[in-house]
Amino acid sequence: MSDFLQLVIAGLATGAIYALAAIGFTLLWQTSQTINFAQGEFVMLPAFFALAAMKWWGLPFSIAALLAIAMSMLVLGVMFKNIIVDPLIKQGVLPMVISTIALAIFLKDGVKDVYSAEAQSFPTILPDIILPIPGIKISLAQVGVLVVAFSTIMGLSWFLAGTRTGRQMQATAQHPTVARILGVNVERMVMYTFLINAGLAAMASLLISPIYLAKFSNGETLGLVAFVAAIVGGFNQVRGAIAGGLIVGVIDNLAAAYVSTSYRQAVPLALLVLIILFRPQGLLGRKEERAI
Amino acid sequence: MSSTNSSVLSVRNLAKSFGGVQAVRNVSFEVRQGEILGLIGPNGSGKTTLFNCILGQSLPTDGEVHVDGRNVTGLRPSQLSLLGIGRTFQLLQVFPQLTVTENLILAGQEHKGSRLTRLLGAADAGLSGDAERMIEFFRLGHLAHDKSGGLSYGQQKLLDCAMAFMAGPRLVLLDEPAGGVNLSMLANLKERLQAINAETGATFVVIEHNMEFVMSLCTRIIVLAEGEIIAEGSPDAVRRDPKVIEAYLGH
Amino acid sequence: MSLSDLKIPLLVLAAVLLLVIPADLTGFGIPWPGLRRYGMFILSLWLVTSIAAMGVNLIMGYAGQESLAQAAFLGIGAYTTAILTKAGVPFGVAFVVSGIASFLIGIILGFPALRVQKHYLAFVTLAFSVFVWLVIRNEEWLTGGVSGIQDVSRPSLFGISLKPALYYYWFICAITAMLGAAMWWIIRSPWGRAFTALRENAIRAESLGIDVRGYKLLAFAIGSAYGGFAGALYAPLVEFIDPTPFALASSLLYLLMVMLGGMGTLIGPFIGAGVAVLFPEWLRFAEGLAPILFAVIVMIMVALCPTGIVGLFERIFVKRRRPHADDKGPVLGEVKS
Repeated sequence: MSDFLQLVIAGLATGAIYALAAIGFTLLWQTSQTINFAQGEFVMLPAFFALAAMKWWGLPFSIAALLAIAMSMLVLGVMFKNIIVDPLIKQGVLPMVISTIALAIFLKDGVKDVYSAEAQSFPTILPDIILPIPGIKISLAQVGVLVVAFSTIMGLSWFLAGTRTGRQMQATAQHPTVARILGVNVERMVMYTFLINAGLAAMASLLISPIYLAKFSNGETLGLVAFVAAIVGGFNQVRGAIAGGLIVGVIDNLAAAYVSTSYRQAVPLALLVLIILFRPQGLLGRKEERAI
Repeated sequence: MSSTNSSVLSVRNLAKSFGGVQAVRNVSFEVRQGEILGLIGPNGSGKTTLFNCILGQSLPTDGEVHVDGRNVTGLRPSQLSLLGIGRTFQLLQVFPQLTVTENLILAGQEHKGSRLTRLLGAADAGLSGDAERMIEFFRLGHLAHDKSGGLSYGQQKLLDCAMAFMAGPRLVLLDEPAGGVNLSMLANLKERLQAINAETGATFVVIEHNMEFVMSLCTRIIVLAEGEIIAEGSPDAVRRDPKVIEAYLGH
Repeated sequence: MSLSDLKIPLLVLAAVLLLVIPADLTGFGIPWPGLRRYGMFILSLWLVTSIAAMGVNLIMGYAGQESLAQAAFLGIGAYTTAILTKAGVPFGVAFVVSGIASFLIGIILGFPALRVQKHYLAFVTLAFSVFVWLVIRNEEWLTGGVSGIQDVSRPSLFGISLKPALYYYWFICAITAMLGAAMWWIIRSPWGRAFTALRENAIRAESLGIDVRGYKLLAFAIGSAYGGFAGALYAPLVEFIDPTPFALASSLLYLLMVMLGGMGTLIGPFIGAGVAVLFPEWLRFAEGLAPILFAVIVMIMVALCPTGIVGLFERIFVKRRRPHADDKGPVLGEVKS
């Protein structure tokens, strides 16, 4: 059974990373009604920022990683909001969806052309040494992923519930008009959400690229996983995104071992279908008022 | 054939809460055929929520709605429309890109034939004549082929009303039909509503804030405050009821 | 002279040009050698793409939903046709089966997805796209896997083989015309009015008796059927199919091209498809740039003129007959609320 346990732990590790992507996605949707179809590419890109910094400027990994996070927040946070989202808010949701889809294509092919079409190996934050724990084969790198991902999530949760700004952000997510009346600077809260999403995506990128290898086409799978995780958890809950991410990560990992590799990708899809059929509000979501 | 005094709409013990807020609590009333019932009350008293529950826009947390003796609680708005129930909305909701005539055809088309015949049949679903008559009735004649988005506010309100009546409904719920309409249009609107009521025997329930409008139009009034009925009766009786006065002044 | 007066003559002119341009007219004394095979292939590809785009236009431009699976339906149509015709089934039957299969799958996919929140169709079609891709790639016994299916034959019509590029092109023209006419009919019928209504104001539409869920499902199923029909024409056109053109990336391109051409118009899909097909041709020298530039152009267009190229055209060339709908200035005696 230790094999199974290993798979579950590894699944939790990748699941925590998926959760990061799903949380940002959910936050964006809640606060600003932005469906970011480029979310997968947002998780693909920062790794390439880091790789470029290391390859072209010779920076060490730690600096490159920090630079990647900063660049992401600038490009995928501030620029994304100001250049793409803001001009489109008044046009309605459909143009925004199309624009983020176009952005996804832009980022994907951009990386392919500017950097490389080949999969790139990516350094881990902690070295890949097997820990001497009897019965379980777990590496330091995996522990590192778990620790970093979970601390990021903890930090975010604390921020949202424990600080004034965080609570204002929650208020903006749930009832923007009410928040505005109460004096919350809604525009600034929305900008924070974009920055947080970019930051989380960057973290996810740095954590997942050692495992998947950095490749321009990662966005498709990562995006899909983020969407499934968000939906499984219940689209309008941050806690749900965390739960969703972990569940998807574990199931995905188990599938890799027990299901043929050619259909491994179909397993999260099956999960999506099941949830939509039997519990469309997700595991932790509230039952929506009658939708048309 | 129902008798003239049968109850068209029967609301029984209706309740609706959103999260912790109880918007409507234990509301019951009957509406007889041909009546024009007014529903008034201070802001936030639950009038629109009540409408939404009756019309399938929201699911009531408790209670039942019966139309012509049939339990229609929780049916979707489109199903209710096909049963002969129409409504207008507080916020103007015509289709601005369509012409006045097209708006009216849209309002009536789902009641004609089956879905398949609607695809294979005439583009106007045979409703051009009815639309014309409705336009004449509401005195919008010169605007028949104008995009409804270009009409004045009052004219759009008339169109909105006309759309609700296109399918010849037995019961129409009007949510603040007088809102934002100028005085001359208002007299026009009231007179047209009374005319339709007399001609077709349709039953109305009207939410309104404009006291003069609702008192002169309606045959009976129900007063809602904080989700409950606090008074019921003729316009005169309700106007003098101290509970009603207090409910309004208290806000 | 307004644009609508010119519509029919322009349409006839376009039809004539489309039919005549690829043909070699020198035999008739007209110094026009026609297009070579590659030119005819591009025109054919454009028409096939337009059919699929018409489908997406119905789903997105009229019913306001996002389908990320149109390329998957093309794949379903293409593989169905290839497999059936290789098994001896006449093309006509394969064509119809492709459309019906896509329609039914559309109903099955759409039914749970449209019950729920607004964007769930996008995610479900995304998942479906990936799933179809996996099936095509893995089930070698059926689809030939990564190697695909070779030697897809072109049909014969009334005994005449359509193998020559020009004949098959004319065949595609005819089918496109029929499907285009069908789309036009749907749009001007009460169904089309219902689609427009549910896109503009679903709540109001519902209150008028319009079964919004049912119509959304119908739009999605019909739109997907058009994808299937396009696929059925595509397979004999390229005569060899493999999974590549039916991946998610292609579905995304369909959304972009419909937006670019002009959502909710009849001619928009043709324009968008034209740009999408010609773009890689113009950018032959820098092939990798084509998708990037296309994406950038779409992003700019969406921000500046969300009604697409058709909308741009109308803005520049069509004078308005009435004052703008937005400025409802105070009419005498009108009191603003």
